[in-house]
Amino acid sequence: MSDLESFREETVAWLEANCPPEMRQPMVDENDICWGGKNPTFKPGQKEWMDKMAAKGWTVPDWPKEYGGGGLSRAETKILLQEMGRLKIRSPLSSFGIWMLGPALLHFGTEEQKLHFLPPIARGEVRWCQGYSEPGSGSDLASLQTSADDKGDHYLINGQKIWTSYADKADWIFCLTRTDKTSKHKGISFMLFDMTNKGVETKPIVLISGQSAFCETFFADVEVPKSYGDGVSSVVGEVNRGWDVAKYLLGHERSMISGDGSSGATSLGSKFADQFGRDEMGRLDDPMLRAQMAEMDIDVLAFRAMAERFGDTFKANLCHPAQPNMMKYAGTEINKRRHELIMSAGGSEVLEWESDASSGGLTARGWLRTKANSIEGGTSEVMLNVVSKQILQLPNA
Amino acid sequence: MPLYLNDDQKMLQDSAADFMKGEGNVAHFREFRDKNCKDGFSHALWKQFAEMGFTGILVSEDEGGLGLGHTEAGVVLEEIGRNLTPSPFLATAVAGVEALNAGGKALRDKYFPGILSGDSVLALAIDEGAKHRPDQIAMAATREGNGFKLDGKKQFVVQGGSADTLIVAARTSGSAGDDKGLTLFAVDTNSSGLSRDSVRLVDSAMAAHVEFDGVVVDADAVVGEVDEGGAVLQRMLNAGRAGSAAETLGVGAGAMDITVEYIRSRKQFDTIIGSFQALQHRTAHLYSEMEIARATVLKAQQMLDEGSSKADMMVSVAKAKAGNTTALSVREGVQMHGGVGMTDEYDIGLYMKRDRALAEFMGDANYHTNLVAEMHGY
Repeated sequence: MSDLESFREETVAWLEANCPPEMRQPMVDENDICWGGKNPTFKPGQKEWMDKMAAKGWTVPDWPKEYGGGGLSRAETKILLQEMGRLKIRSPLSSFGIWMLGPALLHFGTEEQKLHFLPPIARGEVRWCQGYSEPGSGSDLASLQTSADDKGDHYLINGQKIWTSYADKADWIFCLTRTDKTSKHKGISFMLFDMTNKGVETKPIVLISGQSAFCETFFADVEVPKSYGDGVSSVVGEVNRGWDVAKYLLGHERSMISGDGSSGATSLGSKFADQFGRDEMGRLDDPMLRAQMAEMDIDVLAFRAMAERFGDTFKANLCHPAQPNMMKYAGTEINKRRHELIMSAGGSEVLEWESDASSGGLTARGWLRTKANSIEGGTSEVMLNVVSKQILQLPNA
Repeated sequence: MPLYLNDDQKMLQDSAADFMKGEGNVAHFREFRDKNCKDGFSHALWKQFAEMGFTGILVSEDEGGLGLGHTEAGVVLEEIGRNLTPSPFLATAVAGVEALNAGGKALRDKYFPGILSGDSVLALAIDEGAKHRPDQIAMAATREGNGFKLDGKKQFVVQGGSADTLIVAARTSGSAGDDKGLTLFAVDTNSSGLSRDSVRLVDSAMAAHVEFDGVVVDADAVVGEVDEGGAVLQRMLNAGRAGSAAETLGVGAGAMDITVEYIRSRKQFDTIIGSFQALQHRTAHLYSEMEIARATVLKAQQMLDEGSSKADMMVSVAKAKAGNTTALSVREGVQMHGGVGMTDEYDIGLYMKRDRALAEFMGDANYHTNLVAEMHGY
């Protein structure tokens, strides 16, 4: 048996022996995600599962062991995720620390910063949020104005962030601040600080979905130390070069948001045919809806092939550096179309906003949530700009 | 298997690209169109295809071919599409050879040498109406002595007028719509009772209406088993559909390339028109769709090469996706070229016409989208 085959066998045995049964139930909504943090809200089984996985380093399987990871190779990580998917096992821990700050620190951080910040992320002890957008800086993110004035041993932060996901529940923030007002792109720093600092305030934003995953975050004379210990600067990368870190992470975020365009789901047509009834030929008994769902099947299966190709070419260094922008554009647009169809198939029943029958408007709220897909992390229009300039080499106006 | 071409496939791509660009380019296409050639392609070029080894891609090494797969056939077809190269490659060396691969050794021994040398041309006689409906094949093949007698009509037999052999799908039992009862035959076009009426299509290719009036063939002409031709037909259609999706992809990519080139240089209002966001966003959207279509086509080819049981589904996805995307590419191409896009002098219109004909070959996007719904059980 090859090393990978025996790894697979051992992994399956361990997962089956250790995963609590609650963690093998399908997730119903966002409340079933385990975020960890200093003030966690655990549902049954969540803490046990997070701790067991963290002890093996498998909350972040591909991070090096010294930073709390599992030290797994790419192939081993793929096997672990495959088997978790096959056994219908939930992810033990979700966090912006894992998705965003971790990759940034691994790429740009000092050894001391990595040892200081990464292990608590892997163990789910500290919950992070991302401070990027500002009211006046959306697509033109680099125009951000939140200032960090150099006061010797600390920075003084003033300004406002918006669309800060779960800022009201986060312990720490990784935040883009302006450390030099004379240069747009070379005056930004990537800064880490505690959300319990005096002067930090958060206010959840109620969205069209009725949910409040995002906040406005205000900074009024917040004092951020320059150092959290020997070699542990509060700035990742060089001061004034935070845009490099942000750009790296945006690429990362865009390929993540693109997903596989299908939320992992199967054909909508086969799902809804039973609900709609079938004609004498066995076809979904609404010809227009059937046609639209079939077209959706084509686009979802095609995009799934694209996601596979993107992953393969990305790993082999064969894909254009701007390709994540194309993936983000295509994946989010498909997902929006898909949810339009789901609403159409549900008819008047999915209009119910609070009833038990609709699980509190789950379908409608999910549909509205997807509208942000093509806005957050760079709008579709910005993605198309990047593709036309960087890939198609079309000239500037 | 990673979803990109390996080194050998890339080498094949380079040599196919050089060959089509050098020998089978758009100027060559125009030359054959303008002299009103009755075949619509050059037999000399077809011989060169054979010398390059292309006609033996799907023929096993034991039988003198290269023993390669659908991915490699697709590599050649994409270059054919990109250069609008007129040739009988798709019907003869891809769909035709795949049908014969499902047949007996005697048939392969009879036909493969001519295909490998570039002397033989096969054509496919499947469609009986304006739209591709292989499940509705009604043409009758009745037992007659040691063999069968064929009666009926076929149409859209591409290069049927130039072919020496037709692969014919007919009914030996049951009636239109039945799963069983189909049989495939390899029929000599010189057979008595067989008549062909060749017509020129919108893309300047030639296609034939073929009439079978008591055409007698012997039992040796059966490809596969009597009444069990459905499986052989499916194998042939998968090869032809994946192949035509690859050629379509090449047409779309070629059209996109010349369009991007055009809007990068054309000036109006003292400005390069490619700097206008109205065109940039549409072009970037097209690029995105083309990338997805390319991944889809390659996935279908790999699944066919692996013998995956889910290949049928992906082949239909590929045919539909490549079809929709290339249709977008040629429409945007003509529009973005403006007035010159309507002229015969510029190539973009030729791409539009080629796409239109390829779309109908072995089922258009709507046909395959419907098939995918059926395969999903709705």
